[in-house]
Amino acid sequence: MITQESPAGRITRVAALGLWLVLTLFPLYWILVTAFKPTSDIYRFPLEYWPSTFSLENFTGLFSKANFGTYLVNSLVIATLSAAIVTMISLLSGYIIARFSFRARGAVILAFLVTQMIPAFIALGPLYQLMVSLGLVNDRTGLVFVYIAMCIPFSTIMLRGFFENVPDALEEAAMIDGCSRIGALFRILVPVMTPGIVAAFIFNFVSCWNELFLSVTLLTSDANKTVPTALNGFITSYNIDWGSMSAAAVLTIVPTMVMFAFASKYIVQGLTAGAVKG
Amino acid sequence: MSSSAPAIERRAAGSATPVPPPGGEATRRRREFSRRRALTITAFLAPAVAFVALFTYYPMLSGVFGAFRNWSIYNMENQSWVGLANFETILGDALFWKTIGNTVLWVVGSLVPQFVIGFALALWLRRRFRFRGVYQALIFFPWAVSGFLIGILFRWMFNGEFGVVNDLLMKTGIIDAPLPWLADPALAMPAIIVANVWYGVTFFAIMILAALQSVPDELYEAAALDGTTKARALWHVTIPYIRTTLTLIVLLRVIWIFNFPDLIFGMTGGGPAGQTHIVTTYMIEITQQGDYGRASALGILVLVVLMVFASFYLLATRERTQAR
Repeated sequence: MITQESPAGRITRVAALGLWLVLTLFPLYWILVTAFKPTSDIYRFPLEYWPSTFSLENFTGLFSKANFGTYLVNSLVIATLSAAIVTMISLLSGYIIARFSFRARGAVILAFLVTQMIPAFIALGPLYQLMVSLGLVNDRTGLVFVYIAMCIPFSTIMLRGFFENVPDALEEAAMIDGCSRIGALFRILVPVMTPGIVAAFIFNFVSCWNELFLSVTLLTSDANKTVPTALNGFITSYNIDWGSMSAAAVLTIVPTMVMFAFASKYIVQGLTAGAVKG
Repeated sequence: MSSSAPAIERRAAGSATPVPPPGGEATRRRREFSRRRALTITAFLAPAVAFVALFTYYPMLSGVFGAFRNWSIYNMENQSWVGLANFETILGDALFWKTIGNTVLWVVGSLVPQFVIGFALALWLRRRFRFRGVYQALIFFPWAVSGFLIGILFRWMFNGEFGVVNDLLMKTGIIDAPLPWLADPALAMPAIIVANVWYGVTFFAIMILAALQSVPDELYEAAALDGTTKARALWHVTIPYIRTTLTLIVLLRVIWIFNFPDLIFGMTGGGPAGQTHIVTTYMIEITQQGDYGRASALGILVLVVLMVFASFYLLATRERTQAR
């Protein structure tokens, strides 16, 4: 209830929100601090909550000792390509679901919603078999195909929501003026919906950038590995080098955080709409 | 939701025949119109449906058949039908029963604190303040990080030797000696749940805040006129109003937490000695060992549980749509 707040209530609220903020940011802060410590300081007591010496050795080591540059490029290319194609495809499917009523509409929506509740990793073995028969195992293109399929349902549901926020009258007017349907979609609707489309692209990018189980299963050679696949290799080795690990984690997290910072408002909109809408 | 959808077509159809041309011409044009409409729908939907069908549904369905076969990467030639043998192996596996218990603990143990803290945060965030937007963006940050990486972050913090959690607990005098968090089965399970609670609270906070903001102010004004206290207003006005939305959020989260092996994978890999496996991490491990038949059988059990929750979810959605 938005009424006067008692002084005690105010103090509780500020303290609680402040505490939660600290708790939320601390793990991220800790990995950042660890990444910039020289190895000797990481494994020494007392633990330093602010590094006495800053070092870039963990970062440079990633590129000289491990092929981290290759992994980063692989992840970047795969995620960008997948996200671009998914956003394109789901722009079309989202448009159809938002604007037309037809017999299979309910079935398509249901089929897409079901994939949101059943995880992609449930059929890792059969998927691997399928990729073998298509000749797409250990092939980055193959992983792009799988990521496209993985992202389409949520992306469609999210974009459909944005389409429904745009009044029909806009494209009707264009079509009466002789614009084709595709023309109306791309020249009239897409410009109006740009923020939503960018948010969908970012969400798809982050999903692909972060994906682990499919890439671990489908990519085998070191040259094809994505960042999460490489990180998985780091933690399954006997001794974890926490300096390199932290540096790698920081390099993985930063791009997605920057993107989220730009689009978080729209992503929240999409999530709340997508999650609570049938 | 579909009420506005047909409007454009109806009007477009009307504009196609402003002055009806004589007889057969009108029918021909109408037929032409509906043919083009069907073509548009098919062409625009085809890529999305094709990808999902081939790379999501096809493997899932062949997994269903695979569960009843002897299907292992070490013996691909002989994929004989074995009936329910894969299921029997699973049900006779002591580790499987352990993972069932862990899954329940993982879902309930994560969900309850996530809900309680998330609800409290949402209530506190309801009042406008100067940096509320910034605050929300900041606490939303963990969502940009994958569950797997979150697991790695917490694996480092809960490290038995140089972990910051032990350091802080010792500084505050809660423990005297460092605890081997992830090496001790009795401590590893609480540790992964703590990490998951940390990760999930924000989602609850944001969803519940959105729900709280949907409650019309008039309801509170009426309650205030009647002299209702804040606590009573929360209990008798707010919660009943958003009850169905809360049910939906909780059901959705149950499904997601159940389906969330990523964090455990990064944090313990199911260890020590399989003691922190939940059903889904166990399934992935069996897949990686190459026993697709047994993994598929486990997959079917997972599917059955998910279907139950999903149908509850869809029922709740329907109830809400009808309530409007």
